[in-house]
Amino acid sequence: MHYESPIREPLILEDKTLHDITEDVARPIEGKANKYWWALFIAALLAFMWGAGCLAYTAGTGIGVWGLNKTVGWAWDITNFVWWVGIGHAGTLISAVLLLFRQKWRLSINRSAEAMTIFAVIQAGLFPIFHMGRPWLAYWVLPLPNNFGSLWVNFNSPLLWDVFAISTYLTVSLVFWYMGLIPDFAMIRDRAVKPTVKKIYAILSFGWSGKAKHWQRFEELSLVLAGLATPLVLSVHTIVSMDFATSVIPGWHTTIFPPYFVAGAIFSGFAMVQTLLLVMRKVVNMEAYITIKHIEYMNIVIMVTGSIVGVAYITELFIAWYSGVEFEQYAFLNRATGPYWWAYWSMMTCNVFSPQFMWFKKLRTSIAFTFFISIIVNIGMWFERFVIIVTSLHRDYLPSSWSMFSPTFVDIGIFIGTIGFFFVLFLLYARTFPVIAQAELKTIVKSSGSQNKK
Amino acid sequence: MSKKVIYGVYDDDDVILKAVKDIRAKGIHVDEVYSPFPIHGLDHALGLKPSRLAIASFLYGCTGLSLGLLMMWYMMIQDWPQIIGGKPNFSLLDNIPAFVPIAFELTVFFAAHLMVLTYLMRCKLYPGSSETSPDPRTTDDKFLMEIEAHGNEADLIAIMKETGATEVKEEKIA
Repeated sequence: MHYESPIREPLILEDKTLHDITEDVARPIEGKANKYWWALFIAALLAFMWGAGCLAYTAGTGIGVWGLNKTVGWAWDITNFVWWVGIGHAGTLISAVLLLFRQKWRLSINRSAEAMTIFAVIQAGLFPIFHMGRPWLAYWVLPLPNNFGSLWVNFNSPLLWDVFAISTYLTVSLVFWYMGLIPDFAMIRDRAVKPTVKKIYAILSFGWSGKAKHWQRFEELSLVLAGLATPLVLSVHTIVSMDFATSVIPGWHTTIFPPYFVAGAIFSGFAMVQTLLLVMRKVVNMEAYITIKHIEYMNIVIMVTGSIVGVAYITELFIAWYSGVEFEQYAFLNRATGPYWWAYWSMMTCNVFSPQFMWFKKLRTSIAFTFFISIIVNIGMWFERFVIIVTSLHRDYLPSSWSMFSPTFVDIGIFIGTIGFFFVLFLLYARTFPVIAQAELKTIVKSSGSQNKK
Repeated sequence: MSKKVIYGVYDDDDVILKAVKDIRAKGIHVDEVYSPFPIHGLDHALGLKPSRLAIASFLYGCTGLSLGLLMMWYMMIQDWPQIIGGKPNFSLLDNIPAFVPIAFELTVFFAAHLMVLTYLMRCKLYPGSSETSPDPRTTDDKFLMEIEAHGNEADLIAIMKETGATEVKEEKIA
């Protein structure tokens, strides 16, 4: 019953047995951190602390410390918000969409990709909360009775839709991730020697024992959660795009935004998964599980979604011309040839041109080249959001209020701080959590392990 | 009253699946199987009823959708109607396009979270639970079959060995 064509390449190399998988997944948790881990962790922690200081300064003084002005009222904060949310999307795509399509290669990477999702959405959430100016009143976005005779929140506003979308996305991703972690924490618990470690993993594993009925429910739960998470992930970036698309700003008022944002999100998310996993597979010795084949599959996703994004850019330009609306035409002409031309062409080069190299098998199976492109794509997708947001705003309807945006050290500090915070969380995760969904991976040893492909 | 159970340790998922089928064909009730990963077809072989979590999730989703629409109708139309962007809120039907995103999110929110809570409650999984498998190796690479004995210990041990168990042990549990 575990039949798979021998032509398919194995997904687990080095003839790993079930016990080898247990050992390999438990090793980073049971072992000690090496000096590279500490170096990265300290660097990330310093960046995080700098960012935290900048956030405290913003909260204490007001958002006047950012580079925003009367014309450009949204800039790095929303750029970073959309960038981080977009990065999160790949995790859900890998764990939910690939589960529905029964893609076995998801099993080695879904745990880390989901961790990345959760950590990225946490970073994203910081920006709108601090942009409110008084973050301690952030709960005002919730539909709570209040002392204004219950003047409720505005359910017609896409910004409120975002509140519901992001909070649902964060919490559902978190429980989806945690339900998968329970059996793996139980594995760590059953191996633990030190009593405190055993105690901690006993609490985390919720008393999992691997009974047949529990596994049956587990599989049903995973399938239904995947079925719920799939439309959820598509809705989240659709709603993020509606923050712009439902406005009347030329350059934002575009019906193509929802699918274009979702494709861009998957594109940037997969790039970030590549960046993280290419390092992680080396540092924690997971090369037998996260193979060149996995990297190649992800590169193909990057190539396809990058091309979709490219088509969207060109469609936008065409529709701006075809609409005959002077303001639309100016907005797009200004993007490509105005004072922010360098941001526009960086975006074009990074997002449309660079993924086309992945048509070549030699390049998409090269680790060094993949790592390079993944960084380029991350930069390109940051520029995409910057271009959409800042270049659409900086040329107002009234030429006397035209301006430029320049970030202050606080803008830069907060952005770097979120990168630091993200890596602090990810590095702690890599030392304390099972980084591969080992229980589920064990189900494919017979069909996709290298020993059964000979 | 203490009862006696026989534990059979198996090394392979296909072997234990066949063993469960063979033992049940002899009319012996297999009480439990502990495994490191889900074995496809084991629930049928053990005669477990299909899980109803999906149905529960559907009902939770319907609840979320209804509550979400009710909340938005109450707040935007009933309690404090406002004209926003020149678009009056006269009825739920007029306003429903703007309510779709949040109604959808709340559907997913309720369906996912209440299903997870149901799952945890039905499986009695909670932080602080001290339950573990009778053999810690079942989260690694071993598969354990548990059969309660009613004076037929010798028979059960023989059958388990015959069906491929690598170790068989007898234990008294309270």
